Amino acid sequence: MADTPIDPPPAVVSGPRASVGSRVSHAISTWGLWALLAALPVIYAVKDLSGGHGLSRIGQNVLEGLSNGSIWALIALGYTLVYGIIELINFAHGDVFMIGSFVAAGIFGTIGLTLTTGPLGLVGGLVVVLIICMVACGSLNVMIEKVGYRPLRSAPKLAPLITAVGFSFILQNVGLLWLGGSPASVPDLIHAQQDVFTLWGITVQRADVLAIGVTVPLVVALTLFISRSRLGKAMRATAQDPDAARLMGINVDTTISATFALGGMLAGSAGLIYALYQTTVWYFQGFQAGLIAFTAAVMGGIGNLRGAVLGGIIIGVIQQISDNRIGPEWTPAIVFAFLVLIMVFRPQGLIGEETREAG
Amino acid sequence: MTSVAASDPPPVQASRRPSVPPWFSRVAAIAIGVTAILMPLFFDPISGFIDDCVVALAYVVMALGLNVVVGFAGLLDLGYVAFFAIGAYTVGWLGSSFFSKADVHVLVSGNAATLPGIHVNFLIILVVAAALCAIAGILIGLPTLRLRGDYIAIVTLAFGEIIHVFAVNGDSVKIFGNGYPLTAGRQGITPVDQVKLPFLDPFNQLNLRPWYWLILAIVFLVLFVVIRLRDSRLGRAWVAIREDEIAAASMGVPLVKTKLFAYAAGAAIGGMSGAFLAAYLNTINADQFAFSFSIFVLAMVILGGMGSVWGVVLGAVLLSFINNRLIPDVLNGVPGKLHLDFQLADLGFGIFGFLLVIVMIMRPAGLLPERRHRIEMAEDIDVQETMYDEERQ
Repeated sequence: MADTPIDPPPAVVSGPRASVGSRVSHAISTWGLWALLAALPVIYAVKDLSGGHGLSRIGQNVLEGLSNGSIWALIALGYTLVYGIIELINFAHGDVFMIGSFVAAGIFGTIGLTLTTGPLGLVGGLVVVLIICMVACGSLNVMIEKVGYRPLRSAPKLAPLITAVGFSFILQNVGLLWLGGSPASVPDLIHAQQDVFTLWGITVQRADVLAIGVTVPLVVALTLFISRSRLGKAMRATAQDPDAARLMGINVDTTISATFALGGMLAGSAGLIYALYQTTVWYFQGFQAGLIAFTAAVMGGIGNLRGAVLGGIIIGVIQQISDNRIGPEWTPAIVFAFLVLIMVFRPQGLIGEETREAG
Repeated sequence: MTSVAASDPPPVQASRRPSVPPWFSRVAAIAIGVTAILMPLFFDPISGFIDDCVVALAYVVMALGLNVVVGFAGLLDLGYVAFFAIGAYTVGWLGSSFFSKADVHVLVSGNAATLPGIHVNFLIILVVAAALCAIAGILIGLPTLRLRGDYIAIVTLAFGEIIHVFAVNGDSVKIFGNGYPLTAGRQGITPVDQVKLPFLDPFNQLNLRPWYWLILAIVFLVLFVVIRLRDSRLGRAWVAIREDEIAAASMGVPLVKTKLFAYAAGAAIGGMSGAFLAAYLNTINADQFAFSFSIFVLAMVILGGMGSVWGVVLGAVLLSFINNRLIPDVLNGVPGKLHLDFQLADLGFGIFGFLLVIVMIMRPAGLLPERRHRIEMAEDIDVQETMYDEERQ
């Protein structure tokens, strides 16, 4: 509500400190965060080295984290785009991603992609599926915005949050009726586990190539679109001040719709990658992924595109290391503990937020 | 826009509110209270309806607690399930045979007095649960003090999830030594001691009326506390922070203390409800403490009308009944009667989501909006109408 860039008076947060203490706290606030982020990989790298093993295992963890994190990054971009423009945590976004996965899983057979399809047909077919998924999820997201959020534009800030939760439930129910309550398997079209090459003991699999190979061009295209195109400019203007943007002749409603379309398209592409990467889809996957991706968006600084990508990748790496070294059952707690610590060190996220409230 | 809250303009209020006699709301409240007290006498003591009522009232307590944090102080808390978990586990630790190596009995009689484990009287457990949750609330609140808006939401969400993970994996965490695991994970701690109040027989699952009256008493107590808090100096400080943190701070509202009080009060209330639910459901299972519970309670608060005590009570009762009775029991036969071949139970949360969307679009400020919010809403609409006119000219 407070439309002002001023931070709360620091005197309330902490009392006057001695100069040594302030220097220490300055050092902590500058370097503490980076020390924190590097903690997990460094600890396990040192452990591997002192145990007489090379760095290949930690390298493998980081690589898998990168490819896993790029999926989270794609979803997180959707959160951050929407948050940047209408300051809404779009709880339904994770479920839009889930629907993307389901569309992909349903369409593979329809357009004749099987395990024996040749490489050329496979690539062509996957591009077609990618486009279908993106269009489906983009239009779904636009529809949700029209029905659920637009009528509440002038309502209290939390009202659209509840409609978002409502749509999340509805989409989950659609997924439940579509493919049932237990995870459904997807044909392993790209032979995800097959090795592509090995470098310094780090094995790159096809799934990694796919995830990074789809994510990087999409993120570059999105960044260019937002920074160069007319519509992207309109989006940035609307994010900064919708009223002023309207006065400048920008159609705010169209711009917001376009933002939702972009977010949905990214979620759709993430859905396809996820289906090929994990080779199972589940109606509940969107909920979990949404939670992780939203965390990633906040971690990087909400409203900030680079922040969302960075946050997604960091969470992916933390998850992989934790899965591999500590135990997958503790992974969510570790991810969220990192989130809390990052929020303590940098309340505005890693790169810094770009929202109206931040000024 | 936000400064309106500090001084309510009386003309708006007068024009937008139908005038009811001042005694009317008081009489209505007493009538509803009396009806609520007498209601179980007209139903079978083990009927499903009473069961749903008990659960609904427990949710009312939860929602009232969350309303202190979200509605009064404006701190969006998405991890409220943490206090359900802590309250429930207090019952598991202090009122069951879970720590079978221990042998502690405090003011218990009957069956519980002979069993191994730690057995403490339920009233003491209730107080301990509230105290533990208040401490947890402050600990969770501390890292959010520098944060704003939705960042608070994500940090509280993170704590809720961390506690959920600890609940699930707690059977392998033995911080108190061997034989004293933290939780029983997905297996659940069951059975739990039956509630024994002074001068009354122990409660049992064959007569739900005592449970109903106990939770009703807790509801009345919490209602009293919450209304007194709202109208106190502290309550006004919460609203001031909600409306404009910087203005509040410069007016001399101590931000840290006020916010932490909100977290502690909300958490303590949630912990009491959690302890009651654990005893009533007779199990403490890690799967109960998922993120969806936080969302469910938040939906009650927002649907009812954030900050409005009676709205939140209404929202909690409605959503609880829709979820526990309307969808599984009442509507389940409908498709069969229409010769449609599906189970409505499969559509349960789809219908729930649909209802959330519809109600929110029809009444964006909630079913019974807080008076202050209602005025703000009205003012917002006026501003927009004038903008439209200018555009047309």
